[in-house]
Amino acid sequence: MDDIAILGVGMHPWGKWGRNFVEYGVAAARDALADAEVGWDEIQFVSGANSVRCGYPGYVSASTFANALGFTGCQLASSYAACASGATALSIARAQILSGVCDVALVVGAESTPKGFFAPNAGERHEDPDWLRFHLVGATNPTYFALYARRRMELYGDTSEDFAAVKVKNSRHGVFNPNARYTKEYDADDIANSPMVADPLRLLEICATSDGGAALVVSSLEWAASRGVDNPVRVSGISTVSPTYPNSVIELPYLASDSWAAVGDETMTFKDNIAARAYEEASVSPEDLDFAEVYDLSSAYELDWYEHIGLCERGDAAKLLRAGDTALGGRIPVNPSGGLGAFGEAVPAQAIAQVCEMVWQLRGEAGRRQVEDAKVGLSINHGMFGHGSSVICTR
Amino acid sequence: MTRTSVAAVEGLFTLDPDEPRLIGGRARSRGSYFFPKSLAGSDPACLGDEIDEVLLSRTGRLWSFTTGEYAPPAPYVIPGDEFEPYVVAAVRLAEENLVVLGQVVSGISVDDLSVGMEMELVIDLLYSDDDHDYLVWKWAPAGYQENGDG
Repeated sequence: MDDIAILGVGMHPWGKWGRNFVEYGVAAARDALADAEVGWDEIQFVSGANSVRCGYPGYVSASTFANALGFTGCQLASSYAACASGATALSIARAQILSGVCDVALVVGAESTPKGFFAPNAGERHEDPDWLRFHLVGATNPTYFALYARRRMELYGDTSEDFAAVKVKNSRHGVFNPNARYTKEYDADDIANSPMVADPLRLLEICATSDGGAALVVSSLEWAASRGVDNPVRVSGISTVSPTYPNSVIELPYLASDSWAAVGDETMTFKDNIAARAYEEASVSPEDLDFAEVYDLSSAYELDWYEHIGLCERGDAAKLLRAGDTALGGRIPVNPSGGLGAFGEAVPAQAIAQVCEMVWQLRGEAGRRQVEDAKVGLSINHGMFGHGSSVICTR
Repeated sequence: MTRTSVAAVEGLFTLDPDEPRLIGGRARSRGSYFFPKSLAGSDPACLGDEIDEVLLSRTGRLWSFTTGEYAPPAPYVIPGDEFEPYVVAAVRLAEENLVVLGQVVSGISVDDLSVGMEMELVIDLLYSDDDHDYLVWKWAPAGYQENGDG
């Protein structure tokens, strides 16, 4: 797959600001344009990552943001893929660029979130798994995170202390990130003393819901060169794969996993497949990575990702963590940005924010959270119902 | 005044008091199972296959478990006046090799559970209003009812 260039990145700081999400998206877009030294009137295509929590303007995010920046007659696309929306929006921009439909595009997502658990849309829908899981089981998002965490404890001998150590690590990274919402350095006692939410996970180990916005200016390599940018950070792979049947893990928001009665035993899971596709597109392997930005929806969830992206064998993630390999200064730092532990989640902006962090790292502009000599980074997450999301950036 | 017992959602499980079962789907030629039946289709080999309604095994092994310590948002309905924390189990059905979520009957804590233990399906109260008791499937350790704990 051919690469595209990332010319500029921008973020509105994460928080609980309680303002219109359009403000966050516009602030991020203006920063990305300034960073790219590209004028808004030069943007030929806007790819918006939608919000489903901000009313109709959120469903048509590209036109909402384009309107707020000033309608110039550029082409638009708005997409929603839950937590994968940002990667999906980037993949659409890449397709437009590589097919020659446009040379330079803006990718943008933002959200303003309510407090507390994410809840399904209003109404009574007996065939909507998202409605059923809340109504019949009281299964919130942390319920699923905790089921995975408990399984790690039972299968691999991971402990609550291991899980807490993920949050401690990420909070140490987040201290150095001006866009993070939580910049306090937590210790193990803070976590042990926070309330239990879904055994074995405590409040400080579960991703909060945040307001935030993030944006990228991307272009063809030729267009970048025409602006004198000869060595840009490149998007070298994007994965937006669906699960492959049968996925043996019970995924949000379903009441049941796939059955593997007809097809032998469990092998690859959805999260393995997401990374595999990104590696294939970028012609990169796990050993080539200098750092990774993974979706730590819970502390324990980060450990699952170490295995899914191939940093270690299944079951060995806690060993990497305990050895300090995944902390800044370690062999393969994970979530140098501070991750969701330091940000909380602003759904349509989050996968774009992961890419922003990769760009700062690959340019050597990450300040005190800089990974030394970073050349290759991977971001990964997934959207509820089965949207894969992974981006590999290189320089 | 007596309340009538009804399924909280029709068509997902039987209300047989002794042998309650989940109602799933099975692809006729492929043989893969689904729950609920309405979500049949994730197996690409089933495209065009007939999906038969089947009753699923009522026992299985505990795949994982957790608690809900805070009240979930609607459409969860808090039974009674005050929210009580509950336990959630994911059980891998014996025959079908699929994992199904459910609350665990009250009186069982996470200390009573371990991954791999045998569980069975029971029918229990989800919540009530003036006229109805709304029932749902829940998971219990195998033999729980015979032991007189229910």
